[in-house]
Amino acid sequence: MRITQGCFSFLPDLDDQQISAQIEYCLQKEWAIGIEYTDDPHPRNTYWDMWGNPMFDLRDAKGVMMELDECRKVHGDSYIRINAFNDTRGVESVKMSFIVNRPASEPKIHMQRTDFVDRAQKYAWDVRPQ
Amino acid sequence: MSTEAEITAIPQTVDLASEYETSGVAEVLRELDEELIGLAPVKQRIRETAALLLVDRARRTLGLSHETPTLHMSFSGNPGTGKTTVALKMAGLLHRLGYVRKGHLVSVTRDDLVGQYIGHTAPKTKEVLKKAMGGVLFIDEAYYLYRPDNERDYGQEAIEILLQVMENNRDDLVVIMAGYADRMDQFFTANPGFRSRIAHHIEFPDYTDTELLNISERMLAEQNYRLSPAAETAMKDYIALRRKQPHFANARSIRNALDRARLRQANRLFETAKGPLDAAALSTIGEEDIRASRVFQGGLDVDRSPPAREDTA
Repeated sequence: MRITQGCFSFLPDLDDQQISAQIEYCLQKEWAIGIEYTDDPHPRNTYWDMWGNPMFDLRDAKGVMMELDECRKVHGDSYIRINAFNDTRGVESVKMSFIVNRPASEPKIHMQRTDFVDRAQKYAWDVRPQ
Repeated sequence: MSTEAEITAIPQTVDLASEYETSGVAEVLRELDEELIGLAPVKQRIRETAALLLVDRARRTLGLSHETPTLHMSFSGNPGTGKTTVALKMAGLLHRLGYVRKGHLVSVTRDDLVGQYIGHTAPKTKEVLKKAMGGVLFIDEAYYLYRPDNERDYGQEAIEILLQVMENNRDDLVVIMAGYADRMDQFFTANPGFRSRIAHHIEFPDYTDTELLNISERMLAEQNYRLSPAAETAMKDYIALRRKQPHFANARSIRNALDRARLRQANRLFETAKGPLDAAALSTIGEEDIRASRVFQGGLDVDRSPPAREDTA
């Protein structure tokens, strides 16, 4: 099942040129770029693994693309996302986040409904292989 | 780009003169001429390089060539001969011509590239390279990267990464290596990989005494100071003497000398002024401010006062 998280995830996957253009936009806003990867795309999993340190003071998207290529070489079968962090005082949070790499076959998110006391329903979701 | 755009985009002729003006190259070269004193051979080489790149760009618009020319350069010359300043101009020039996308200059030395323990160098070098992408990477005193006496030196690792990026990312980054002429030659002999990847070797001559005097006047004018006529003669003598002493760094020595002269002038005004001072008095460097320099007393190669004699500072 196609995972939809962050910006652009309802669009077809971005190609490298489009990713570069998005990064250019972030850099022009002076946001720091971080690359993160994970094999667990559960929406509650906010802690993805960092690929190297976040990149500050970059001027050109090529620097990020180099790191992304490296990351794809090692974690080509994981989810990889790019986060753009705004460090302005009072903001200090991720302003933009989008997925740039998906595994060849995506897991599905399975919903489990359980009966509970007094006919209440409890819902749980977990990531399962297709 | 689509093939459709390519077919329609190829023009039949190119007007070099108008390209020269509209690309902004003319402006950069004019700035170079106006802002930098002397350096005639350097300016000549840059003009030639600009012409080459302009023609190359024109050839590309006509579809005659497709490869990015090698633009990595080496600047060799003594300290204070304007290598960093020219590198800045060069970054501007390459940006206007469209050979680098952003046109910023990242200036580094060995310390920024080479790590201190195993596994430290590669991330450090890559970090710098990432910052320099789309611009110009200026490596000052590049020969320190290579230490022939220590075969386990991490500099070698940085060199390998640099060579790889210089080859593979020619569209993204231009590397300029700078340093003393003789040591740069040694460096290139020991690292043939660099020699073959660097297309333009530009040599920076030392400034003559008259040029240095012009430079000092310009530096002062920028800060709204001027030399009194007697101080100008003193400055001339100072330059001639300073040149013979150790650690002479051309324009940088002059800048330091002027900074100290301003200090002495402030001190003199503070101690001697009886009444109110006008603008002229506040902005004139007198002969005594320059003659007080230790350079006139045989000179010390270190600009530090001996503890017992504070008056000579």
